[in-house]
Amino acid sequence: MGYPPEILLEAVANGLLMGAVYGLVALGLTLVYGVLHIINFAHGALLTLAMYAAFVAHGAFGLDPYAAMIPLAGLFFVLGYLVQRLVIGPASRGDDSNMLLVTLGLSIIIENAMLAIFRSDTMTLRLPYAMSMVELGDVLLSVPRLIGFGVTLLLAALLFVLMTRTDTGRAIRAVAKERTGAALVGIDVAHIYAVTFGIGTACLAIAACLLLPSFYVSPRVGNAFVLVAFTIVVLGGMGSVTGALLGGLFIGVVESLSGLYFGDSLGQIGIFLIFILVLLLRPTGLFGARA
Amino acid sequence: MTIREALPILGFLVVAVLVSLFVTSNVVLNFLVFTLILAIAAQGWNLLGGYGGQYSFGHAAFFGMGAYVSAILQQRFGVNAYPAVAFGMVAAALLGYAIGAMVFRAGLRGSYFALVTLAFAEVLRILANATEITGGAAGLLISLNLGAGNLQFANRSSFLILAAVLLALAMLMTLAVEKSRIGAQLVAVRENEAAAAALGVDILAVKLRAISLSAGLTGAAGALYAQYFLYIDSNIAFGTWISVEALLAPIIGGAGTVFGPLIGALILQGLSEGTKMLIGKIPGVDLIIFGALLILVVRFPLHRIPGVIAARWRGKGAP
Repeated sequence: MGYPPEILLEAVANGLLMGAVYGLVALGLTLVYGVLHIINFAHGALLTLAMYAAFVAHGAFGLDPYAAMIPLAGLFFVLGYLVQRLVIGPASRGDDSNMLLVTLGLSIIIENAMLAIFRSDTMTLRLPYAMSMVELGDVLLSVPRLIGFGVTLLLAALLFVLMTRTDTGRAIRAVAKERTGAALVGIDVAHIYAVTFGIGTACLAIAACLLLPSFYVSPRVGNAFVLVAFTIVVLGGMGSVTGALLGGLFIGVVESLSGLYFGDSLGQIGIFLIFILVLLLRPTGLFGARA
Repeated sequence: MTIREALPILGFLVVAVLVSLFVTSNVVLNFLVFTLILAIAAQGWNLLGGYGGQYSFGHAAFFGMGAYVSAILQQRFGVNAYPAVAFGMVAAALLGYAIGAMVFRAGLRGSYFALVTLAFAEVLRILANATEITGGAAGLLISLNLGAGNLQFANRSSFLILAAVLLALAMLMTLAVEKSRIGAQLVAVRENEAAAAALGVDILAVKLRAISLSAGLTGAAGALYAQYFLYIDSNIAFGTWISVEALLAPIIGGAGTVFGPLIGALILQGLSEGTKMLIGKIPGVDLIIFGALLILVVRFPLHRIPGVIAARWRGKGAP
């Protein structure tokens, strides 16, 4: 408790910045949960895939991760659409535990395909701006994380407009609320499911591009995020978009502070304990759930 | 449970003993011992997941508990291997009871149950990696001290018999549960929890018994693993690999059947070795096949076939 206030402030600020990207990862997860009512266990593996895609885009085409953001988001939207339409949908036949198993199977396939291709070494992009910092008062902030924070907020706003102002958004909300009713008024439920899954996957592609400048890639890197994302989603209330963002910021700060006090390896425990405690004591989430 | 119902299990034991007598290749014996250890862990998962419908994604918690408690007792406190393995099993069962008491009382099921078990396993993995008594990241070696009295054997065939006997016991226990009142209640909980509760089944009590037995069995597999390889670390004992394999084997071999976990473990390990032989040691390829197999089995539930055959065989055997 003997840290000077500047260091604490810096930890909180960096935690908030990191938390925004966590929130973005969680956003895709909570969207898929809110509409399809499935826990997408392959979410972490899809993030890993997106990080490798951004890595390869840089290595093979010299594309900066920030420039790759939009093409990769489009690519991953299509990928997510097809995965839901061709694999998860038909294989699970609407059964909750089947979906859990199918997405587990997907995550095993993706993770190990990355392992077979890229081997288990961790890799980092060496970008000139990766370590650049800006000074705000007494606090040093990393530029890539600041960009991540900004893009996440922008994306959340875009998503909000999509959900409230467009026909697709209305259809998504209709399916989320009452899928039989939505089907009766002529909404193609299987299509909306796939679109939602595609949007969730596209969020991951953007998160991957935001993470890559300051983070390493390895076949299991998604695992580091997936339980964090689940924690955030549970904390924010399953299916709640604002809950995911607030939860992400909160978890980012918790992680940063517990890393400061307990060291990096034990610091992770804080997140898991929060996850377990929230599930046991308040499974509807801290920020009020919208089922 | 009648003698006739237990005959296939005795048959398995006879085959295992014959194999241990006639097979001399260490590679084959190694493969079989590892497969049987996995099958025991999977049988534990099967009790809770296959019969009770509670899909755990974190059976590594129990596997690791069994492995670490038995290894720490032997290595740090000089306890003999037999009581150490037994204590490992009991500790895992108690952990199962404790987790179940928290999780089932909070009413978590389905995906939530899967996630929270995964989180428990991860917490234990991080703790085992960071504390001193477990040997931390370097892991824990059980010192070599050959002799039946220390549960360490110079030849692998003796260990194969030990693993086979333990698996046969696990299968007998599963069969006994299946034929008992609690087995029927467990299946009722799996099929329709609300209906089971309405018929007077004490849901919490049934689930707690199932998770304790399940954890104990998987813990025994963990202790056996430590005893066979004489080394564990946090990524082996509490790693996601064992959670995944303990779940895959019964689902692929037939969840909710006595022989499902053994059949599934044989298929998985056979595939794993087969791909290694065919395409060399590219890491991860066997697991890609496992993942594809899992999706296929969920898509086309052919996996019930072994269970159906077994059920028919038992049915036809009656006079």
